[in-house]
Amino acid sequence: MNFLIYISDYIIPFVFFYIICMGLSSKTPVYDEFIEGAKDGFRVVKDILPTLIGLMVGVGILRASGALDMLSGLLAPITGKIGLAPELLPLVLVKMFSSSAATGLLLDIFKEYGPDSYFGRLASIILSSTETIFYTMAVYFMAAGVTKTRYTLAGALTATLAGTIASVIITNLVF
Amino acid sequence: MLNYLWGLMIVIGIIVGIFNGTMANVGNAAINSSKEAVTLCVSMLGVMAMWTGMMQVAKKCGITSSLTKALRPVIRRLFPDIPEEHVVNEYIASNIIANILGLGWAATPMGLMAMRELRKLNGNSHIASCDMCTLLIVNISSLQLIPVNIIAYRSQYGSANPAEILAAGILATCISTLAGVIFAVTARKLGRRSS
Repeated sequence: MNFLIYISDYIIPFVFFYIICMGLSSKTPVYDEFIEGAKDGFRVVKDILPTLIGLMVGVGILRASGALDMLSGLLAPITGKIGLAPELLPLVLVKMFSSSAATGLLLDIFKEYGPDSYFGRLASIILSSTETIFYTMAVYFMAAGVTKTRYTLAGALTATLAGTIASVIITNLVF
Repeated sequence: MLNYLWGLMIVIGIIVGIFNGTMANVGNAAINSSKEAVTLCVSMLGVMAMWTGMMQVAKKCGITSSLTKALRPVIRRLFPDIPEEHVVNEYIASNIIANILGLGWAATPMGLMAMRELRKLNGNSHIASCDMCTLLIVNISSLQLIPVNIIAYRSQYGSANPAEILAAGILATCISTLAGVIFAVTARKLGRRSS
């Protein structure tokens, strides 16, 4: 499964190569468009900054007070049974409610253990393979004026569970 | 939702701090974390702007619209109740493509427009249609192939190779989406049989 690491090295360069070649061959002003699009990046980050400050402060307080370690200790008996490290269960649970709060916890894991540690890699993969459930459902169903959501939650939980289990197995096999 | 989650984080953290005698750390952590968030955003600005710049080129030279077209047959199968030439097909395709390319802020407006159209097709009912359930499950199963922000965070915290998790992440994302799609298709069939 080590080849997955080698493939990873090629993904971003290949995507860029493909886009630029397509751009040049269709006579798109690639540089001008790139500059235009890069401005959107500023807008996106500007919107992220306040939530990131709020949630990093929240997680920072939880970590410094010792509450996160206590939580891991409390969760250890449960997570031991399902083969997931107690340090990571809060991340999986919080991600269901809020993706920015999960980002706060991810950054805490990077700080505590490093992004290239087992926890750092597994947390990165879990967060890239799941999406926030309750927030997405609230926003989308509100737009549609729906109050009875039928099997949506069950399906979303199935997908999240599958993604999390797959992340654990793949991380163990690859790294 | 986040109001309670965030509020509880702060309240619990401070209460635990009182019992553990770690109040000095708690105060420092609050101040340092806020500064850290700004540093992080500054470095993320670079990665994010590079990505959105590239995606703008992809849009202009027709890559995104040809991907949207390529998705049509998949959408016909996943959402069989939508009339073939209905505009909602376009919305759903754009929503899925934007999600795959990691343009979440572009995906949500498209998704919401799709939901409003689906509502009309559903006779303004307050009960979700099968198509709505499928759209939500597919969105929540995570479609993003290249998690740009996670790569930016990894590089900021000193990863030797921030992109090394990409292929593993794509594999995990595909598995979660596959599980979601299988669930949605099965639930739709079971619902039809019982009604």
